[in-house]
Amino acid sequence: MNQLKIPKGSETSNSDLLSLYTEMRRVRTFEDRVGELYLRGASAGSMLHLSIGEESAAVGVCTTMRDGDTFTTHHRGHGIFLARGADPNQMMAEIGGKETGYCRGKGGSMHIADMSLGHLGANAIVGGGIPAVVGAALVAKRRKTGAISIAFFGDGAMQQGILYESMNMASLWDLPAIFVCINNQWGMGTRIDQATKSVKLHERAQAFGLNAETVDGRDVLDVAEAARRIVDGARKGTPGFLAIDCYRFFGHGRKDKSPYRSEEEEEEGRSKDPVEFSRKMLADNGMSADELESIDAKIATEMDATIEFTINSKEPALNTMFRDVYAKDQPEPEPVSTRINRVLEKGL
Amino acid sequence: MQKLAYRDALKQALIDSMREDPDIFVIGEEVGRYGGAYGVTKGMIEEFGPERLLDTPISEPGIVGTAVGAAMAGMRPVAELMYVDFIGMTMDQLCNQAAKIRYMFGGQIGVPMVLRTQGGTGRSAGAQHSQSLEAYVMHTPGLRLVMPATVYDAYHLLRQALTQPDPVVFIEHKSLYAMTEEVDLTVAPPEWGKAVVRREGKDLVIVTYSRPVHFAMQAAEQLSKAGIEATVIDLRTLNPLDFETVRTEVEKTGKAMVVSEGAMTAGVAAELSARITEECFDFLEEPVIRVAGEDIPISVSVELEKNSVPTKEFIVDAATKMLS
Repeated sequence: MNQLKIPKGSETSNSDLLSLYTEMRRVRTFEDRVGELYLRGASAGSMLHLSIGEESAAVGVCTTMRDGDTFTTHHRGHGIFLARGADPNQMMAEIGGKETGYCRGKGGSMHIADMSLGHLGANAIVGGGIPAVVGAALVAKRRKTGAISIAFFGDGAMQQGILYESMNMASLWDLPAIFVCINNQWGMGTRIDQATKSVKLHERAQAFGLNAETVDGRDVLDVAEAARRIVDGARKGTPGFLAIDCYRFFGHGRKDKSPYRSEEEEEEGRSKDPVEFSRKMLADNGMSADELESIDAKIATEMDATIEFTINSKEPALNTMFRDVYAKDQPEPEPVSTRINRVLEKGL
Repeated sequence: MQKLAYRDALKQALIDSMREDPDIFVIGEEVGRYGGAYGVTKGMIEEFGPERLLDTPISEPGIVGTAVGAAMAGMRPVAELMYVDFIGMTMDQLCNQAAKIRYMFGGQIGVPMVLRTQGGTGRSAGAQHSQSLEAYVMHTPGLRLVMPATVYDAYHLLRQALTQPDPVVFIEHKSLYAMTEEVDLTVAPPEWGKAVVRREGKDLVIVTYSRPVHFAMQAAEQLSKAGIEATVIDLRTLNPLDFETVRTEVEKTGKAMVVSEGAMTAGVAAELSARITEECFDFLEEPVIRVAGEDIPISVSVELEKNSVPTKEFIVDAATKMLS
């Protein structure tokens, strides 16, 4: 166990670790509640992908981000958005398809976005959100805003061509763009080594001239440190790539029992729990069990409220269905029923 | 008045819009130093520099995806797809991302980009460089679709596309680039989204867009000599679609033909035909006739290519039979 980075009694470091732990615990608890919402039949999405086991990736990277930075996420992106400052109520309501959600119930778990936090959107197409950060980084560079743009995706996207087009252009144009691969080892039911011979993922990015590293996701401090290096490089104009090794604790979707992988493997994977790892580090550094439990309990209360909020929120009104296909000043598409009635009434 | 080629009208539109709006930039393969595969952006790099005429690697999905991100971040990219035949490469970024972002995200943000491309037959370019794939675009809610037939429209529709709040797919016709017209670009254009009646006649309405507008006009002249007077409607934009003009004209004559270079089955002509049949049923005296591309790939052979899509003769023949 690696305790040396946080010497006992070092208040500053412990407070940093505490805030990272708190964020990770919030993500873990939120994801637990998402699963609960789903099992209660109150979730709108038929597909829910939990990021349990990957909390250090979300929290470690987001801790390096500033106001004005932008990012895109993938289908397993709840944790990233939460770590970037999302309101858990609005998030849960969006996952529940309610009008109080971030996207008024039209996006859901896999299409959540919030422009005020720079979230250019989660994506249900593997790799689909990656090139948008090239565009956002291009604009940041042109306008000299100092912002970076980060694409978060899973190991499945490492086999998508769009990633390589995007890294190549980011490098060619010296853009403040970053590509973060959260390698949870599994793309649905295909393990990374069943998808590629080349499992040293950062080497691919190095081939395009990016600053690239792989970091073990067990210790969020390691992730944050690696992310800091990559982000600093990007702010100076060298795009970066970071692969974070972690483990998908549960199935691909909430109900997937992962029959395609062994119990031994799962046990080994879950032993790298980043939340428990940091919690133990805090305890080893002198934080009492009571203090830790009180933090966890406070988070549990916060996240319990999200379920209540979602269940009590309304479905979006039916008349919002034709809204926002085009800009507000444009005519809305004509409903099929309106057309049929118009056509048949005329015929009478 | 000035004599201007379709290609140069497009260039002039880009230049005028880029002078007005510093957020507009062109991004695509060979758009800068080379000047565009069909010369539309030739020389523009001298005025606007390589940042606003951004040459890219051959990465179509990446080009469109980058444009999506840049549009979301506040600029107005003009992504160029060298041939519409490459649209399949970009379908995810265009149809899953650009088209749906406003809706999926509850109206928070739009994607004000233009995807400029060109399609159609006439240059013996073979099966992968000659298609008319506008139906792919028209079938996707959220995308605007523009297909100019004239020099004047090439200029004004591109100018208008560059002020739209939503993604616009702008499909030029490769066989029209060299076509010239005497135009006065200072004359105000028709409202965005409105069709234009190019010719009025009492016997038949031909609804069309892009290059077939010219074939329809030539056919109408020939038909006129035989005593058949056809109205020709140039739709100009397929989304928005000005169906009111179509309805008004079809109700006057009771006979409608739709002409499109795209393959017939499930194509734009099929949609227009269904719509006319449904909405103008009481006024129709004949079935709505689709004169569309054959349901085959386009050959490189000049003769096979020419006869794979509607010709003036084909239109004349079909109209004559409808009226006989």
